[in-house]
Amino acid sequence: MLIFERSHPGRRNAAQSPAHIADVTGIPAHLLRKEAPLLPEASEMDVVRHYTRLSQKNFSIDTNFYPLGSCTMKYNPRACNSLAMLPNFLARHPFAPDSTGQGFLACLYDLQEILKDVTGMAGVSLTPMAGAQGEFAGIAMIRAYHDARGDKARSEIIVPDAAHGTNPATAVMCGYTVKEIPTDANGDVDLTALRAAVGPQTAGLMLTNPSTLGVFEKRITDIKNIVNEAGGLLYYDGANLNAILGKVKPGDMGFDVIHMNLHKTFSTPHGGGGPGAGAVGVAKRLLPFMPIPLVGKEPSPQPSPSGRGSSYRWLTEQDLPQSIGRLSGFMGNAGVLLRAYVYARMLGAEGMHRVADFATLNANYLMAELQKAGFTVAFPQRRASHEFIVSAKELKDATGVSAMDIAKRLLDKGFHAPTTYFPMLVAECLLIEPTETESKEVLDSFVAAMKEIREEAFADAAMVKGAPYTQPVRRLDDVKAARELDLVWKAA
Amino acid sequence: MPFIPHSETDIREMLASIGAANIDALFDEIPPALRSGKLTQVPAGMNEMQVTRLMGERAAQDAPLLNFIGAGAYEHHIPSAVWQIVTRGEFYTAYTPYQAEASQGTLQVLYEYQTMMASLTGMDVSNASLYDGASGLAEAILMAVRAHKTSRKVLLPATVSPIYRSVAHSIVRMQDIELIDIPFDAASGTIDMKALQQHAGSDIAALVIPQPNFFGALEDVDALTDWAHANNALAIALVNPLTLALLKAPGNWGSLPHPNPLPGGEGANAALRAQSPSGADIAVGDGQPLGSPLSSGGPYFGFMCCKQALVRQMPGRIIGRTVDLEGKPGFTLTLQAREQHIRRAKATSNICSNQGLMVTAATVHMALLGRDGLRRVAAASHANTAQLSVQAAGVHGVKRLFNSPHFHEVVLHLPKPSAEVLAKMQEQGVLGGFDLQPHYPQLGNAILVCATETKTSDDIEKYVAALRHALN
Repeated sequence: MLIFERSHPGRRNAAQSPAHIADVTGIPAHLLRKEAPLLPEASEMDVVRHYTRLSQKNFSIDTNFYPLGSCTMKYNPRACNSLAMLPNFLARHPFAPDSTGQGFLACLYDLQEILKDVTGMAGVSLTPMAGAQGEFAGIAMIRAYHDARGDKARSEIIVPDAAHGTNPATAVMCGYTVKEIPTDANGDVDLTALRAAVGPQTAGLMLTNPSTLGVFEKRITDIKNIVNEAGGLLYYDGANLNAILGKVKPGDMGFDVIHMNLHKTFSTPHGGGGPGAGAVGVAKRLLPFMPIPLVGKEPSPQPSPSGRGSSYRWLTEQDLPQSIGRLSGFMGNAGVLLRAYVYARMLGAEGMHRVADFATLNANYLMAELQKAGFTVAFPQRRASHEFIVSAKELKDATGVSAMDIAKRLLDKGFHAPTTYFPMLVAECLLIEPTETESKEVLDSFVAAMKEIREEAFADAAMVKGAPYTQPVRRLDDVKAARELDLVWKAA
Repeated sequence: MPFIPHSETDIREMLASIGAANIDALFDEIPPALRSGKLTQVPAGMNEMQVTRLMGERAAQDAPLLNFIGAGAYEHHIPSAVWQIVTRGEFYTAYTPYQAEASQGTLQVLYEYQTMMASLTGMDVSNASLYDGASGLAEAILMAVRAHKTSRKVLLPATVSPIYRSVAHSIVRMQDIELIDIPFDAASGTIDMKALQQHAGSDIAALVIPQPNFFGALEDVDALTDWAHANNALAIALVNPLTLALLKAPGNWGSLPHPNPLPGGEGANAALRAQSPSGADIAVGDGQPLGSPLSSGGPYFGFMCCKQALVRQMPGRIIGRTVDLEGKPGFTLTLQAREQHIRRAKATSNICSNQGLMVTAATVHMALLGRDGLRRVAAASHANTAQLSVQAAGVHGVKRLFNSPHFHEVVLHLPKPSAEVLAKMQEQGVLGGFDLQPHYPQLGNAILVCATETKTSDDIEKYVAALRHALN
């Protein structure tokens, strides 16, 4: 039932709006609306019950194991939320003077410094509002760098075929054409193809390392040299930063620019699809082009509790005249950044590498156990990074049960599905990322569920193909959804 | 180990299963030369008690003042139930609803949200949100250019927020799109129709129409929409959703039919166009007034609604209602063929997320206030600003700058430098407004002031007293 169907004419929440209807005669009649909008008329309890019940129709990290590859669905510590929602932080207007937000700005400044250190970059801007916007900022900076040198011939961005779809889409938004290069049998970039692809037209290469195939690109230094020698820059897609946090710094691998998905690696909530935060880090040569605003720190005449004689201010167009500009109306997803900051402070220096250690331990353990249970992994000759791929092709050939069917049957067993059919290079692909916050018992129960599904596939494939059975709905008709668009409710 | 549950026994057993001597061995494919040294700028870890103290101290530094700044972010009462529901783990820690069967909660919320936004804006369809209003405007410009096909020029009036214009420029400039400035009329503070008329007859993809505009003034949206359509351009409405509880919905602006070059040409879409012959083509804006706390600038969310004929050009996630195997209604992501994970380099945008949590807040917020409550909040915000405007204009040397009707912001002209006056008001505990001087130097000592429903008569008295004191 929709909230509109719970609506009752004339019902209103007197506690939540002004008691009197104020005078609006100052607004000319022809600018006023004549029909009331379709908003509910419901009591506070009606509304609370409705949305509480809806919440119960969701899987979430707080209720289920979520081994969703490339999404890093780790536990979101509650303190990060409650401390980001302290009343003074929530109440501050974005255009209130810097002097009224020194506590907030100190947190963001510290976060910039922490992220610089863990990525090995010379500067960090926190303003991009999601990974894709971080990518946009990164490629725009690469373009600004070439343009500033008068190097106008560079028209192409190279992207491996295993890359996230955002990579080529971003390159196009920055006015580039995309050249795709293949992956070799080991899951690494095909160096011969890369050598053939680079040239004076190459603006840069976008690379995820470890790649979306769940393996570390061992020849990263060769790749860097090939691209740099052609005059191109290196972009690091930080989607998989969780795998190497505190172990390898993208700056040390030679990357010029990186975006971080703070909603993955730094554990800010996914919120059913956002808000994310896609901070960017840059090497020295890209510092002048960073997106604004940044937080700057200056010596202050008056000592303050957090800065001991420092004051903080926004750095703007005046400070960075060559900046690629602003990407949001105010300061990106500021509240998300506070959550990431609290998380980083709770981990501390010693906690950063533990993230990579245990994310990698969990992934390799799960890969080993699933292999023992009869599943085919895509790259058995390689170490898993923080994630790995199971291919259901053999099972599908034998029983007809596909990766999608396994995914749906897992829902019945209380597990969120892994990422399916991505990357597209591997047939019947299940990309599995357990994260460091899951215990051995949870991983063992997941392996047991996968074993059961495998047995069910041989015993009763049709049953598996009909899954799920225990969710609020069975499989949905996506074709009908797209052909007979029903995007807004209309009263019958 | 914070947030890592492994015991020594677990680690031993897991390594044995893998066949690795220790955890470090799992990183043996990484060339040793690339392994990081110690982190030097990351402080030692804190437990929850320690970090609570740290954050408490920092928040205490940021005690709020009495705020009269709007300029795109507005202080409104948010019912307690909104964020208590939003931070339920089932919403807060869920992923994008790709597994529809296990995400019906999030999906239904988004479908209800789309319905509410389409109704507020008077448009046929809504997406499931974009990052924020400013980047949403950039996406609307890109969408209009895709739909128009022949022109890559968009008219972006000076009455649109200067920050929004700056963001739009950052995002679209690499795609060979020209953003053309239209000046405002000095008396009314609204789009200068004579200056606009100079573009009549040229090939224009779209006109951006802000309502209310950045100065809080109300534009003649019917005339502007008709101008756009008469000149074969799309009309992009840039609106504050709260004000639409009172103001004419963009879908009803103007009386002339849509321009011809909509995608699909004359064939399939002619019938769709006939259903909604006039009105803006795209409506965008920032959803912050609907349940997002000010929070130093984010997270907020951008909304985007459009006419049915343009739905396949829309960026971002869209939720549709369909049926399951047994014919039971359910919700799912739809029209995914527009998106980057399918279309890659040919996608409508690189966008890969929405502001799901903020949209959940907006949906609960709109449901709790309801059609009547939202109207009361909008009316009170208008009336409070009107009262403040009258009382402030009674202070010697202060005058209201523009003579057009306003919504819930007004421009005041001061007899002294605006930055200086605002700093003195701050000493009195009042944030007196947004300084327009750096953005519109031609206006002189001008500030933009907002009094929402959260302000009482006493608050307005305090404002006037602080202003008087600052000018003495």
